[in-house]
Amino acid sequence: MALYVALCYYDRDQPWDSVPDKESTPEYTEFARRTTEAGVMRGGEALHPVTMSTTITVSGGKGGDVLVTDGPYAEAKEVLAGYFLLEAADLDEAIAWAAQIPAAWRGKIELRPVAPAHA
Amino acid sequence: MDATGTLVEVLKGEGPKVLATLARTIGDLAVAEDALSEATITALDAWPRTGIPDNPRAWLAVVARRKALDLLRRESARAAKEAAAFRWGTGAAPDQIEEAIEAMEPETSLRDDMLRLIFTCCHPALSREAQVALSLRTLARLEVPAIARAFLVPEATMAKRLVRARAKITTARIPYAIPSDTELPGRLAAVLAVVYLIATEAHAPTGGDAVARVDLEAEAVRLARLLASLMPDEPEALSLLALLLLTSARTRARTDAGGNPVTLADQDRTRWNRAAIAEGSAWLSEAATRSGGVAGPYQIQAHLAAAHSTAPSWQKTDWDRIVGLYDLLGSITASPVVALNRAVAVTERDGPEAGLAALKTIAGLEYSHLWHAALADNLRRLGCTSDAAGELHAAVTLAPSEVEQRLLQGRLRTVRSELG
Repeated sequence: MALYVALCYYDRDQPWDSVPDKESTPEYTEFARRTTEAGVMRGGEALHPVTMSTTITVSGGKGGDVLVTDGPYAEAKEVLAGYFLLEAADLDEAIAWAAQIPAAWRGKIELRPVAPAHA
Repeated sequence: MDATGTLVEVLKGEGPKVLATLARTIGDLAVAEDALSEATITALDAWPRTGIPDNPRAWLAVVARRKALDLLRRESARAAKEAAAFRWGTGAAPDQIEEAIEAMEPETSLRDDMLRLIFTCCHPALSREAQVALSLRTLARLEVPAIARAFLVPEATMAKRLVRARAKITTARIPYAIPSDTELPGRLAAVLAVVYLIATEAHAPTGGDAVARVDLEAEAVRLARLLASLMPDEPEALSLLALLLLTSARTRARTDAGGNPVTLADQDRTRWNRAAIAEGSAWLSEAATRSGGVAGPYQIQAHLAAAHSTAPSWQKTDWDRIVGLYDLLGSITASPVVALNRAVAVTERDGPEAGLAALKTIAGLEYSHLWHAALADNLRRLGCTSDAAGELHAAVTLAPSEVEQRLLQGRLRTVRSELG
């Protein structure tokens, strides 16, 4: 089995408060129920919109000056709105589950394998 | 074929089969690839001295397994691959052929392994570029420099592309599996598209080593043959093989002695490969039978290629049939290039006025030298020589390669001389 993070991207201009928003809440509830029953769901969170974001940079290496700016790091059209941690046998299985996340039709899903921590 | 040629043919034919099974049994395509590469080097060294073994696949399988074991042992010294390595025990010596034959997979299981290998190389989670590179390296057993040459990229770039693709297969866990029935149509289309792309790259006049390109065409036919043999019930797989055979039959006539391109209208048809045309036609009728009257895009293209390949001359081509086939193709894959080819056939069937009208309805080809060249041809036939020269001038400017520029410049000179 392998762990994948399903990153949920939404259109920046789309009015959403957080994912799941009111309209898609039942869809997310349904997804969470099915993945939990299947033993695939390993966690996940919705994020507040990027207007709530704060970007932090430490300049000049570790221990350097902390630079704090308002807003997201990248001015992209699509913004990260939440994530799920899914456990699947392989990529095909993970894709099949990711395709059931409402963000897949309301926005986009990026599936990334989780790198195991080095001991 | 000389001895080295035979040897390479055997390695190309048997290599992918050995790899396909090895990748499944050790569960790591990258290790299996490296092991087969080492086994191939061993064979290239040993076979010229000992002769090609009676069962070259078994020989390669034994040596590749031993190499894979060595690789896994070396890796397990660093990483935690011990379980996989120890499951293997010690490898057999290459002379223990009897044992190896017993260990060999039955044909049906080999077929499944080959399909696993093909569908993994063409998995949609890999870029099309990576799919093409992997297919040529893994399935066609082409060396990295040859692939790089054919695609006009530096060797290091091609090597990196392959490394990245293999890393993604391992890290993202692209399964070594045959797609389910519901996924199969889409996944098969991707596999066929990769082979088709390799073939079109072979014909692309945009620079590149001419010899490398002829090789690429042979590889595309080889891969199409493999797909047709593995999936004899898939009409589009058979159609692709038919199409590539029918098109490659004309390769010899496509350039003159000076290396200049010769258009279909002017080709010396006695130089066409009749055997390839006959074989392609046979596969096409098999595909047509299997598809039950619903022709897919490759079948329609194969019918088009057959209509040209069996015509006694450009003038005596069945243009009515060709226009009809382009109509059919356009109805399933609307593309300006299909419309352009249809318009060229309309000119031959109905005359330059109709052809010109058809060309003018096509949007999106303003920057295509082929479109301007086709306009010029119709205008010239209508006696509008000065307009024809203008279009040819545009075509020369837009031509993507030197050879095509030369071809169009020649036509421009002829038209200008008619202007006086």
